[in-house]
Amino acid sequence: METIYQLTVSPDFTPEHISGWYIYNTWLQRNLGLHFHLEMYDSFDAQREAIRQDAVDLIYANPYDASMLVREKGFRAVVHPMGVADECVVAVPVESAVQRVEDLQPNARVASTDDPDIHLVGMIMLEPADLNANNVQSIVVDGYVLVAKALLKGSADVGFFLKDAWDGLSNTVRKQLRPLVTSQISDIQHVLLVGPRLMDSAEDIQNLMLRMPQIEKGSGVLESLGFEGWAEVNQEDTEFMIDLMDTLKAR
Amino acid sequence: MMLRDMQPAAVAGEFREYHINLYGFGARKVLVTDEEVPYPDGKLIVSRTDTRGIITHCNQSFVEMSGHSREALIGAEHSILRHPDMPGVAFKSLWDDIEAGRIWHGYVKNLRGDGKFYWVYATVIPNVRDGRVVGYTSVRRKPSRTKIRESIALYQQLKAQEGSHWDGPEA
Repeated sequence: METIYQLTVSPDFTPEHISGWYIYNTWLQRNLGLHFHLEMYDSFDAQREAIRQDAVDLIYANPYDASMLVREKGFRAVVHPMGVADECVVAVPVESAVQRVEDLQPNARVASTDDPDIHLVGMIMLEPADLNANNVQSIVVDGYVLVAKALLKGSADVGFFLKDAWDGLSNTVRKQLRPLVTSQISDIQHVLLVGPRLMDSAEDIQNLMLRMPQIEKGSGVLESLGFEGWAEVNQEDTEFMIDLMDTLKAR
Repeated sequence: MMLRDMQPAAVAGEFREYHINLYGFGARKVLVTDEEVPYPDGKLIVSRTDTRGIITHCNQSFVEMSGHSREALIGAEHSILRHPDMPGVAFKSLWDDIEAGRIWHGYVKNLRGDGKFYWVYATVIPNVRDGRVVGYTSVRRKPSRTKIRESIALYQQLKAQEGSHWDGPEA
């Protein structure tokens, strides 16, 4: 019986790219000659449970989870996308008296999603105000539109956005918000990782991704994902990113 | 590589001269001004060293904040950033921790190539490859002014108590 591998995507994907991942899955199967089932988890917890149960074989993961996948589950990162950045925008309502991060006070209400790397980077950017997990009120919502909504309704003082999601907000919404600071980290990014069951095909997958713009329909698929292409990730690149994440997670 | 003494031509305005003893690397003359350069919002300063504290990698934010060229930084001791206001015991604690495989955190006043300074909150971790420590990664982020004020008071006290210097490679 033919093996069916599971492909999954970090649940922080932007809604306009959902169909892109289904198109990618079809293109991948056709060009790799392997059978994949695309599973789109609606929460990080659900996806982590699947990873714990060794159900995942190929994953487009955020840097926070990449660390666990490599160090604990034996995954290998093969490529990262070009043209997208894992940066975080920290924003307040436009009429807020807060003009800079340092103006924020203890007990500030902080709206964010369950996206772990954006939450981590967002909290780091609040450190100059002496704010941390112990002296803010954390409000976790289901998506970046709801982060914006919490700010507009006045139920949050400050919110964290994935830069791409911030850019994707409507002009009307964005005009009612004001960014205080945007991270410029650049060394941290999503990666495509191959799991142990699929490791024999890791080189083939890497080569296929790198050649994707030159292969039939590859450019269109990349466009539907919002990527300019893929770039190679070697073992040391991955280790370096994990070390970097470890310094940020450490308390 | 022995760190070169700082030259007056590289420093803007009035400066004070110090001779600091860098553990394992000998003495270095540094020229220091009172001008602070604010930490850039939203950025991380990242560098890596080998196990002796020699810089092997640095990001653009590191280059910009250090006041040195990338060429001058790669291959230099990390203690090129060592400010004379930092007590040697802070770096002893750093090296004790990372050589034992532990993560180190601390607030550090760094010296720039032009004699100015900047404050960071630094985290240093050992880079373990195949079970062996092959170097260290240091990531710096923007500290709060409260923490800087506390650190200034603490470091002045520690400097005053320091009879003999332990001046090692730094964060």
